[in-house]
Order: sequence, then C-alpha cells, then structure tokens
Amino acid sequence: MWLLMNKHIHSTSTRKEENKLLDKLKDFSSRFFVTGEPMIYGADVAILLTLAGIIFVLTYLKKWKWLWREWLTTVDHKKIGIMYMLSSLLMLFRGGVDALLMRIQLAFPQWHFLDSNHYNEIFTTHGTIMILFMAMPLMFAFFNIVVPLQIGARDVAYPFLNAVSFWLFFFGAMLFNLSFVIGGSPDAGWLSYPPLSGMQFSPGPGQDFYIWGIQISGIGSLASGINFIMTILKMRAPGMKLMHMPLFTWSVLASCIIIIFAFPVLTVTLALLFIDRFFDGHLFTMTGGGNPMMYINLIWMWGHPEVYIVVLPAFGIFSEIVATFSQKKIFGYKSMVFSMMIISVLSYFTWVHHFFTMGAGANVNVFFAITTMAIGIPTGVKVFNWLFTMFRGRIQMTQPMLWTIAFIPCFVVGGATGVMLSAAPADYQYHNSYFLVAHFHQVLIGGVVFGFFAGLYYWWPKMFGFKLNDRLGKWAFWTWNIGFYVCFMPQYALGFMGMTRRIYTYDFDMGWGPLNVISTVGAFFMGIGFIFQAWQILHGIKYGERDVTGDPWNGRTLEWSIPSPPPHYNFAVIPTVTGQDAWWTIKEERKKKKAKETAAFSPIHMPKNSGIPFIMAVFWFIAGFGLTFHWVWMAIFGLTGVGACLLARSFQYNSDYYIPVDEIRHTEDSVGRVG
Amino acid sequence: MILSVFITIFLAGCDSRYLILNPQGAVAQKEYQLIIFSIILCAIVVIPVLGLLVYIVLRYRDKPGNKAPYRPDWDDSKRLEFIWWGIPIIIIGILGFATARTTYDLVDPPEKDVKPLTIEVTSLDWKWLFQYPDQDIATVNYVEIPKDVPVQFVLTSDAPMNSFWVPELGGQLYTMPGMAMGLWLQADHKGEYFGSGANFTGEGFAHMNFKVKSTSTKEFNQWVKQVKETAPALTKADYNSLAKQGLSLEKSYSTIPKGLFQEIVIKNGGQYYSQHHHMKNEDMKTMNVASDEQTHTQHEHQEGGK
Repeated sequence: MWLLMNKHIHSTSTRKEENKLLDKLKDFSSRFFVTGEPMIYGADVAILLTLAGIIFVLTYLKKWKWLWREWLTTVDHKKIGIMYMLSSLLMLFRGGVDALLMRIQLAFPQWHFLDSNHYNEIFTTHGTIMILFMAMPLMFAFFNIVVPLQIGARDVAYPFLNAVSFWLFFFGAMLFNLSFVIGGSPDAGWLSYPPLSGMQFSPGPGQDFYIWGIQISGIGSLASGINFIMTILKMRAPGMKLMHMPLFTWSVLASCIIIIFAFPVLTVTLALLFIDRFFDGHLFTMTGGGNPMMYINLIWMWGHPEVYIVVLPAFGIFSEIVATFSQKKIFGYKSMVFSMMIISVLSYFTWVHHFFTMGAGANVNVFFAITTMAIGIPTGVKVFNWLFTMFRGRIQMTQPMLWTIAFIPCFVVGGATGVMLSAAPADYQYHNSYFLVAHFHQVLIGGVVFGFFAGLYYWWPKMFGFKLNDRLGKWAFWTWNIGFYVCFMPQYALGFMGMTRRIYTYDFDMGWGPLNVISTVGAFFMGIGFIFQAWQILHGIKYGERDVTGDPWNGRTLEWSIPSPPPHYNFAVIPTVTGQDAWWTIKEERKKKKAKETAAFSPIHMPKNSGIPFIMAVFWFIAGFGLTFHWVWMAIFGLTGVGACLLARSFQYNSDYYIPVDEIRHTEDSVGRVG
Repeated sequence: MILSVFITIFLAGCDSRYLILNPQGAVAQKEYQLIIFSIILCAIVVIPVLGLLVYIVLRYRDKPGNKAPYRPDWDDSKRLEFIWWGIPIIIIGILGFATARTTYDLVDPPEKDVKPLTIEVTSLDWKWLFQYPDQDIATVNYVEIPKDVPVQFVLTSDAPMNSFWVPELGGQLYTMPGMAMGLWLQADHKGEYFGSGANFTGEGFAHMNFKVKSTSTKEFNQWVKQVKETAPALTKADYNSLAKQGLSLEKSYSTIPKGLFQEIVIKNGGQYYSQHHHMKNEDMKTMNVASDEQTHTQHEHQEGGK
C-alpha cells in the first residue's frame, strides 16, 4: 500500500520534455484538465450534456430573452431570493454526493473505493460547499424573500447591490466547483490551514480556486450584510418600531451585524494566504518570521461567528413557525431579542475553542472555555421560550412545525455536546475526533438545515403560490430524521473510540468497522430524504394545492397580508403598524369592524432592472480564473472589466421608474384584492 | 430514542475499545473525570427539556375536544424567565470552575516526586520520530515508556502541523514547525496504547499511527540497552531521508546526532519564534529542558566515547 503511494508521489513531478509545441500542449492539458479518474470523466460528460440540454431547451422554447429580462437582470428581491434558493439546493446536492462518497469509503476498514488524494479533495469541498455555498445562500434566500415582506417594504435598501451580491456568490460558487474538472480540487481541509495549504505542500491550482471562489462570493456576502442592515433600519413600514419587528427580522439584523464584522476578516485572511502563495510571502510560514498560528486565529475569528451567522436566522425561522402553529403569541419576545443580541456579541469571543490544543496556555484556554459555555446560556433560554410558546397553545402538526419540533431535541443534544467540548481539558480528548464531527453536524444539520427546511415549507406557498404535498413531506421528514440519528450517533461513539477526522481509511483491529457501517446507512437515509424533497417539489409544481388567500397558515406577520406569490411591488398600499404581529392585529380589527377598507393607490416608485451585476460578476469570474492559474494578463483583463462595470453604473442616471395607478389596480384586480 | 443511544454508548464505555473512556494514566484520568462531570451537568438540563417537550407536544395538540388550557395571548412570565436564565448560569458557573481547575492542573507534571523522562517528538510526512535525549536513542512510529514515570513529550514538526494524541494516556497537543511545546503524559499500567496524528497533514495522514508501549522501569532500561546494542545509529543523512514524504515501518536507532531536535526547531523558524514572542513561561521551560538535555546528552555521549 505505502509503496504504491510513494510511487504516486514521485510520478507527480513530471519530467519536462524538450520544448516541442505538441508536448507542451499535452503537458498543459494534463495539468489543466483533471484526468485519470472515471468519476471525473463521468462528471465531464454530465456537465457537457446538461449544458447542451439547457442551451437546447432555451433555444427551442425561445426563452433566451425571457431568461435575460426576467432573471439575469432582475433586481426584484423575491426573484433574487428564488435564485439563491435554487443554487443552494443544487449545492446541497453536490455537497451531499460528496458526503455519500466519503461514507462509502469509510464504511469498511481498509476499503479501496477512493484513494487518499481523492478522499482529501472530497472532504475539503464537502465542508466548503456546505457552509459557504449551501448554508449561506439558502440563508440569503430567506433574507431576500422574507425580510422586505415582513417589514412592509417594496424592495431592499439597495436593490442593485443585492443583484451584485447574488451574482458574485453565484460565480464564486461556479469558480469553486470548476476545480472538480479543471485544475484539481483543493485538498487541505475546508479552512485550508497553512503550511499545508502553502505553495510547498499544495502546489496545484486547487488552493487558488478555493481562495478566489470564496473571495468573490465573500464580497457578495458582505454587501448583503450591509444591504439588509440598511433595509431593516430604514425601510420598515410606518409605525413598526424595532421592538415591533417579527423575530425573523430581528435574527437577520443580528446575523448581518456579525456578517459586517466577520467577513472582512475572512477576506483579509484569504488575501494574506494568496500573498504567501502568489508573491512567495512568509506571512504564515515560520521561516520568514511569519506564523501559521496567526492564520488559524484569523480564519476562526471569521469561522466561529460564521456559525452564528447561519444559525441565528434559523432561530428566527423557528420563532415565526412556533408562534404561527401554536396559534399563540411568541413567549418572551424581549428575552428572545436580548438573547440574540448577546449571541451576536459573544460569538466574537469564542474562536479559540477551535484550537485549545494549540498550547496557548492555561489562562487563554480557561477564558475561551468560559466564554464558550456562556454562549450556551442565551441559546438555552431560546429553547425554553419556544417550549413555552407551545405551552398553552394549540399545536398544528404541519410540515414546518414537524421540522421545528424535530429541531428542539436535536439541537439541545448538539448544544450539550458543545458544552462538553468547551471544557478545554476534555477537548484535548475530543479535538479532531469523530466526537467533534458528530457535534458540529448535529448543530448544523439539526439547527441550520432543519431550520431552513422548516422555512422552505413555511414560506414555499408565499414564494410560489402552492403548498408542498404532505404525504411526501412526511416521508422526507422521517427518512431525514431517522437517517440523521443513525448516521451521527455512532460517530460520537467513534470519537470515544479514538477515530480521528479526515482519515480516509483505518485498520481492522481498531473495532471501528461496525459503527462506520451503521453511520453510512444513516447517511444514505438522508440522501433518500433529499430525493423525496426533490420529488415533492416536482409533484407540487404539477399537483400542488394552490394558495389563493395569500394566508394559508393563518399567519401573524405582514408577508401573509399580500397575495401569493406577491406582485412585484409587494404592497399596493404600505400598511401602518401598531404593534407586534401586525397582520394578526389587522385581522382581529377586520373581524370587529367587518368593513372593507377602500384602497387609495398612488404611483409606486421601483428600481429598474440592470444587466450590470451579471456582467460584472462574469468579469470577476474571469479575473478569479486568471488569478487561480496565475495568468496575470487574464486577471488584469477581468479586473478591468469589473472597473468598467462600476464606471458604467456610476454614470447611469435613469435607474428607476414609477408604476402608474392603473397598472396597480389592474394587478390587484387580477388577484382579487380590489373590491 | 436519543437517550437510549447515549445510554448504549455509555454502557459500551466499559468496553476497552472506547479509548477515551478507558483512561490508563493520571492525565487521561483527570480528563475522563471532567468528561463524566460535564455529561452529568448537561443531563441535568437536557433530560428535563426533552421531557417537557414530549409533554407539551402531547398535551397541546390542536385536536377537537382537547381540554388543555388555551391562552393565545399569554406571552410573558418574569418568574419563568428568571428560572431559565438562572439555572443555566449556575450550571455553567460550576462547569467553568471545574474546567479551570483541571486546565491549570494539567500544566504541571502528574507526579512531582519522580524524575520525569523527556521524549522529543517530531511529526514528519507521514511518520513520527521519537528521540530520547537522556538515553541517546531514537525510534520511529513506536515509543516505549516506563510506567509510573511522568513523561514530558516535547513536540515539534518538520512538516505541516499535526497533533500528538494517545487517547488512553491523555489528550492531544499540536506539533508545530518552529515551536517546541511540552505535553505531560503518564501510564499507570503496563500495556500497549494506540497513538495517532490527529491533525490532517495530507496524503499519508491516515497512516500516521504509532504504538505506545508501557513497561516496568527495569524492562524499559533493558529495552534501552538492547536498542543501544542492536540498532543502527541515526545519522543526519538518515534523518533527511526520513523527513522526505512517505510512510515508514517501526525503526530504532542506537544514537542520535547532537542537537538534532533543536536544529529541527530552529530550521523551521524557531529563532523568529523566540525573538518575536516573549516566550511564555511554559514554552521557555520546555525549550530550556530541551537544550539542557541536549548538553546533558552531549556530555553523556562524550563519556560513552571514552
């Protein structure tokens, strides 16, 4: 086995032939395209076929113009949200396939399904994709679709910037995924610690794909953070004080505050890593007076708050769903807001718990152990508040509520193992073991993924105007949940047995085999759950129960006061808010008065579509690709294009328009909203 | 369901394959106690919450004829809020205290009356080199220690950062290029323990396991003698080929080149580390230990030469 591996290592340093053109070309393409793996060739073919298929269908149905006008150039927050959602589900599929491949490889001791290099690439891309290209965009999908509707606004504060954010994310994700077939995937772990991720140990383009894929989409994330803070602070409907805001909107505010402080750290860290790689810097190598510990600190100064960036909106989603389906006001609103704000501050003071074993000294470890435990307090309080929202309510077991109820035990146990991990000396034993792997999957799947699924089922009728099938949904729910416990509970045990993460194989004599088989079976159950959900969506498009009321769940917040799907200006008349649960209050009043209000429309001010965000992101993609392969000319071309787009936009004065009253009346009429 | 899974894991803990739950030395024992203590404290919160969830979901279902109270506007209770802010704060306070105590405790050697043994550990791509400065021998991918003697492992790396972990003897510590850090471990019994690299270092990472063999002091001395008599010497050239990427079988060496460990640390930027960072006491101590022992070794070596 190890002889084979040594041979492989030597073969990578290919001998340079005489400078014949043909040989040069051959040499180039063998490095440029990933070769030698049947799976990769399969992917190549699949990608080409899919592309050809898409192009054919669009041409055949003459939809190119429609695609450009309605989607690629749109600045409508709802459409941008839907695009975020579709791309993140696509990424969930890819990350999920990665996960299944890993689980197949680990199912049996000394199994030869994947070799070491391939396995290393897969766990690296699995982590990066699931956090940055699945969880983040799905979260932004909810920000986009829900926040303006909840606060009674017609769009976000900066609609153009919003489109820029989306397209930067999209092309960043594409750049990252391209590494699968061109150049080779990164393989130094999802946070790419140097020196392993430096030029010496990772000479290929994989790491640069990683850096630029994340950099480009990271700029988009930062812009979204700014955008939604401004939207929430400046665009609320008249009368909606901060303490009247729905809890989901609060959670978005908390999350965005973390984003604007954390994402610049990520950008700088990756830029420094690129300086090391491209300009041969020594920021993160000891030999030049740098220090790799600095990178680890910096990346976790972003990485830990990042966890709270994605989990806080999930908390917000649960808060909405629990109140709606318990048919009761949320319990302890102030306490909920307060705990989220504490979490958003405390999340900056816990990063060292990701490397207690670095030897920073007892004082440092004790400080960060206690801050980490402390963050469990407000989180626990939220759980109690959800429980007591259900207490003395009337619980309806709808699909969103099922996921919410499943979330509570899962997250409570995941949180408890988190507290166990935070006890520094105990962490010396858990660190980098499967106990840790099980813990963070439990909080990220049980918290974030369950939360976002709950949100998808909850707001799906609002987005698309139809509900998703209940029976298929229950199948999906149970396969996911059973699969989750079967997959990850054995991993806690494997951690206790001393199994470390990121190993691609293990020996028979450790006794890790049986639990790994069980874990793999669980992973496949979750895969089946995903198939049910895909089926559910397709089924819903054809047979889904249409929502004609705009308020299928008897909701409490303003998004349920308008038709589903909402007209592109959202609110024909901006509502006036007097307290929490604005739509609930309006409904109560209407019951009393029994009088229909006559709506007096006035022209609505809206932003115009623009192709610049899309084009600019394409240029970023070109620049990123050039920087990845260290082709300076291409990078300069791309960045010049980006600059040109910025210039073009600054000279664009005609970027908005008014919707005339007649058109509003016509639209409202067609959905039966005008008496 | 979750509980039953946990209980299964827990009962299975009696099984010696659950290395962390099977502590074989004072350090692992302290960590094990903290683990158990934290599980109990967490259970104090987790179990009632799970019970409460089941109760509430069963009792307050929206079914016709459900007689449980329905209070749609009841949304605040200072007393309840006080309870669920208060209890977690107390529990975290207790756990925080226990954590701090164990953390400070582990800085010192587990046994103060016995003269400790020093072993210098270097993680390489993808193998472990152990040097015994006092005994002037070295091993690859296995390490032998006397039981009941505190062992100071001084850790560095001549490859990407790894982590040195022997679960049955105690928790892990990173091995980092250009730095030397000390980790105390001690075995209470004779036995063979599983050790591994716990931080990903690339292609051969999964094969970076090593064996820790604990014996009586007498057997240990015999083993040292045997290595001295039978094994080849470790030369600089040998080290350089060891340091190349690849795997290795278990190996033993009868002598080590003078100051090799320090050289490895300095080569990887150790001099910058000590210049830029006013080294913390612990690090200083370990570095001093290392250098003291080096001179000591040198001395011994010369004596041996006579």
